Amino acid sequence: MTDTAATRTNQIGTALPRKEDAKLVTGQTTWTDNIQFPGMLYMSVLRSPMAHARITGVDVSAALEQPGVLAAFSGADLADEWAGPLPCAWPVTPDMVHPDHWPLATDEVRYAGDGVAVVVARDRFAASDALEHIMVDYEPLEAVVDMEKALEDQVLVHGDKGTNKSFFWQLENGDLDTAFNDAPVVVKRRFINQRLIPTAIEPRAVVVAPIAAAGEYTMYSATQIPHILRLMLTLTTGVPESKLRVVAPDVGGGFGSKLNVYAEEVLALVLAKKLSRPIKWTETRSEGYLATIHGRDQIQDMEIAADADGRIRAIRANLYADMGAYLQLVTPGIPVLGAFMYNGIYKMDAYSFNCTGVFTTKTPTDAYRGAGRPEATYALERMIDELAVELDMDPMELRRRNWIKHEEFPYDTISGLTYDSGNYEAATAKAMKLFDYDGLRAEQQRRRAAGDRMQLGLGISTYTEMCGLAPSRVLGSLDYGAGGWEQATVRMMPSGTVEVVVGTSPHGQGHETTFSQIAADALGMDYKDIEVLHGDTKVSAQGLDTYGSRSLAVGGIAVHKAAERLVDKLKVAAAHMLEASADDLEFVDGNFRVQGSPEASKSIGDVALGVFASHDLPDGYEPTLSAEVTFDPENFSFPHGTHLCAVEVDTETGMPHILKYVCVDDVGNVINPQVVGGQVHGGLAQGIAQALFEEAVYDAEGNLTTGSLVDYYVPGAPDLPDFITERTETPATSNPLGVKGVGEAGTIASTPAVVNAVLDAIRHLGVSELDMPCSPERVWRALQEGSASRDQIAPERAEGGQQ
Amino acid sequence: MPRISVTVDGVTYEDDVEPRLLLVYYLRDTLGLTGTNVGCDTSNCGACTVLFDGRSVKSCTVLAVQADGATIMTIQGLATNGEWHPLQKAFHSEHGLQCGYCTPGMIMSSVDLLEQNPDPTDDEIRHGLEGNLCRCTGYKNIVSAVRTAASEMQSSQQEVTS
Repeated sequence: MTDTAATRTNQIGTALPRKEDAKLVTGQTTWTDNIQFPGMLYMSVLRSPMAHARITGVDVSAALEQPGVLAAFSGADLADEWAGPLPCAWPVTPDMVHPDHWPLATDEVRYAGDGVAVVVARDRFAASDALEHIMVDYEPLEAVVDMEKALEDQVLVHGDKGTNKSFFWQLENGDLDTAFNDAPVVVKRRFINQRLIPTAIEPRAVVVAPIAAAGEYTMYSATQIPHILRLMLTLTTGVPESKLRVVAPDVGGGFGSKLNVYAEEVLALVLAKKLSRPIKWTETRSEGYLATIHGRDQIQDMEIAADADGRIRAIRANLYADMGAYLQLVTPGIPVLGAFMYNGIYKMDAYSFNCTGVFTTKTPTDAYRGAGRPEATYALERMIDELAVELDMDPMELRRRNWIKHEEFPYDTISGLTYDSGNYEAATAKAMKLFDYDGLRAEQQRRRAAGDRMQLGLGISTYTEMCGLAPSRVLGSLDYGAGGWEQATVRMMPSGTVEVVVGTSPHGQGHETTFSQIAADALGMDYKDIEVLHGDTKVSAQGLDTYGSRSLAVGGIAVHKAAERLVDKLKVAAAHMLEASADDLEFVDGNFRVQGSPEASKSIGDVALGVFASHDLPDGYEPTLSAEVTFDPENFSFPHGTHLCAVEVDTETGMPHILKYVCVDDVGNVINPQVVGGQVHGGLAQGIAQALFEEAVYDAEGNLTTGSLVDYYVPGAPDLPDFITERTETPATSNPLGVKGVGEAGTIASTPAVVNAVLDAIRHLGVSELDMPCSPERVWRALQEGSASRDQIAPERAEGGQQ
Repeated sequence: MPRISVTVDGVTYEDDVEPRLLLVYYLRDTLGLTGTNVGCDTSNCGACTVLFDGRSVKSCTVLAVQADGATIMTIQGLATNGEWHPLQKAFHSEHGLQCGYCTPGMIMSSVDLLEQNPDPTDDEIRHGLEGNLCRCTGYKNIVSAVRTAASEMQSSQQEVTS
C-alpha cells in the first residue's frame, strides 16, 4: 500500500466517483440475459389470456413437433416436481387465508398471465413460436377485479377457500371514542391508491446451469434477493441449499419487483434438472407486465378528528388492500407495514389502523418502492391538507402545530414506534426558503384574482418513514418469516488491498462505492483499494439481501464494524512488531503508531504482510486477515423531510405541470452525497409518476389494458421537472454511522405533495376530490364537474378567465 | 436465409440471418455484443439504441437484413483507443446512471442529439431524449451529463480549430 493511499481518512461524506460506472458506460456488463452456456436452452411460458377460467385440458404434443423444441410440459405434467408451493413468507395473521400457489396452474387460472404450460427449445424464438401450438381448453369463469365486490364473495378467486378475504389486521391505541365523539372537526375521505407496475428497466431473466450428475445447480437471476431465493428454491424444489448457488449478476433496477420468488425461477431450475441442460428465460416487457408483481392498489378510508385550533386528536385508517390472485413473497405484509406510518410525524391522542387483504383475479401485488409507506404518507398528507381546508388554515401552519418537536426526541409514537431523532423544523425552514413559499402564495393569489387560465397550486408533504429493515425481533413480532440482520466480512490481502464481502447486493444503488468508502475510512485506505463482493451465495455466505432501504443502515454498519474489528486484530500484531503494548497504539491514517513517539509506526499494509508471513507473531495469535460481523439493529431508522411542489394547471385543458419541486430530506449522515442525491431524484420520479402518470388498469373481464409500455405511462425526461434537492443531517442514534437509508424516501414523500398542489390550484374552482393519476383528462373532467356545481350556486359567475 | 454484411464497431461481419431477426438480437445473440440491451417489446424504452450510419435508431425496430451494408456503432465501440467518449465521462462524473441498464441507449441517443445540436438547452436535451426511458435517475443528472459533455465537446472542438 502506498503512503498517499494511507492518508485518506475522510472519504465518508465525500462525493467520490462511482466505482460501478466503468462497466456500465462501456457496455461491459453481465446482465442475466447476457449469460451464455454451451448447450443452453430457452424456456418460454404459455400464459392464460383469461383472468379466470377452469382448465379442462392442455395438449403440448403439437408444440413438441415444432423445430428446435426439446420439451414441453403442462402444469399437471410438472405437478410432482414440487416440494412445496411458491412461498409467502409473511403470514400476517394466524388465520390468514393462504392458497397454494404452484409455478404453473393445473386446474384453474386466476389472472390474465397465470402460467399454464412451458416450452424448452434451442433458441428464444423457437420457444416462443412453439407456444402457439399448445392447445389449452378453458372453461371461462367470472372475473372479479373490484375489491369491494370481491368481498361479497359472489365470485371466488379460490373456490375451495370459500372467501376472497385473506386477512384482517388491526392496530389501535388510545381512546378513539373520546377523541372522535365530541371533536369540533372531523374530516372523512376515501382515497384510491392506484395499482402501479414497477417497471425496472431490465426485464426479469433467469439462467440455470446444472451439473446434474452431481445434483449441483447455479442460478443466475435478475433478483434483489439471492440468499432468500436460495432458501426458497430449496423449499419449492427440494434441491438441498448446499447444492444451490444463486448469483445476482448485474441487475438493472428492482424497486421491489425483483424482491420475490417467481414461478419462472423455480421452473428453470426444475427443467435444468430434468433436462440436464442450462436453461435461460427472459421475460418480454409485456409479459412482465402480467407476470411480475404490481404495487400499491389500496382503498384507503381515512378519518381525522381535530380541535378547532387544528390540534389533531385522532386518525383512523381503514384499508382494503388488493393481494391480486395469490400471495407472493411478502404480499400481505406490504399494507401492514403502513400500519405504523398513518400517524407520520404528528402527535395525537388516539389511532386506529386496520387492513383487509382481498383476493381478486389480477396479477399479485407485492413490494414496490416504499412498500406500504408511500400509501400511508399519501393518505395522511392528503388528509392534513383536507383538514387545513376545513379549518381554513395554512397547511404548513397546521403541520407545525402537530408535529413532534425537535426537543421531544426520542419520541414514542401513537402507533408504537420510537423515533430516535428528527428535526422537522430545520428541514421545513430550509425547504420553505428554497421554495419561496410566501412568494408563490402571493403569485397564487394574483392568478386567482385575475382568473388566470393557468392556475397555481402549492402542495406540501412533511413525511417520515421507517426503514432500514430491520430489527429481527420486531420483524418476528410482525410474523415475518425471517430476521433483519446483515453480514459483512472485511479481509485484507497480503499485498494490502482489501475485499469486503456483503450480504446485500445492489441493482443501481452504488453499494460498491458506498461500502468501499465506509471500509476505507475505518482502515485508513483509499477506497479504490477496496473491492466489494456481493450477489453470489458462493462468495457471500449469509445475507438477507436488498429492500426496505436497509443496505446502508444495516449492511453498511456491518461493514463498518467488521473493518473496525479487523483493525483491532491487526493492532495486536502491530504492537508485537513495534514492541509496544496494544493499549499504547493509536491508529491514524492507516498507520499504527506508538502514542507519543510517532516515528515508531507501522502501516496497516505492513502489518497485514507480517501477519500473512506469520514468522513473528505473538504467542497464540491466529494469523487471520479477516473479520466478520453480523449486525442486527435495535430499531428502524426514520428519514424525514419536507417536500414542496408548485403545480400549474391549465384550466382549459386540465394539463398539470410541475413548476417547481423542492425537497429537503434528512437521511441522517451521508456517506456519498452524489449517490444520495441520485437516490432522491429517482424516488421523486417514481412518486411523481404515481401522482400524475401511472396506473395499471383492468377492465371488468380482468384484462390488463395497460399491458405494455405503450399504454402504461412511464415518464420520460420532458415529463419531469428539474428537482431542487437539499438535505439536513440529523444523525440516527441507532447506529454508529448515524445513517438512515435513502432508497425509498423520495417515492414515499413526493406523491401527496404533487396531488395536494394540483388540488390547491383548482379547489377554488369547485374541485375537492381528484383520483390519481391526475391526468389532464381527469383534471379537466373534475374542472367541468366543479364548474357545474359552482354554476348551481352562482350561475352568474363567469368561467375561469382568460390569460 | 439472406446473407448480410454489416460493420459493427469497426469490424465487418457476414452472416446468414433469419429475415425476421431484429438487429438488436443480431448484435446480442449472433455477435455476442451484449452492451446493447433490450428493455421492452414496443420500441418505447430506447435501451437498444445504436447508431445506424451515424444516426440513432432503436435496434429493436430494425431488422438485421435492413442493416445489410450499414455501419453500426454500439456503446462498445464508442470509446477511442480506450479513451472514453465525453458522454461516457460525463455520465460518470455527473452520476447520470444508477443501474446502468438504460445507459448504453441513453448515451447513443445523446451522441446523435449532440451531433444534431451541439449546444442544446436543458429543455432541448429533455425532448431529445424523450424516446429513452430511465427508471432510476429521474433524468436530472442525465440532463446535466449531456450538458457537461456538450460543453466539453465544444471546448475541445475549439481547441482543435484554433
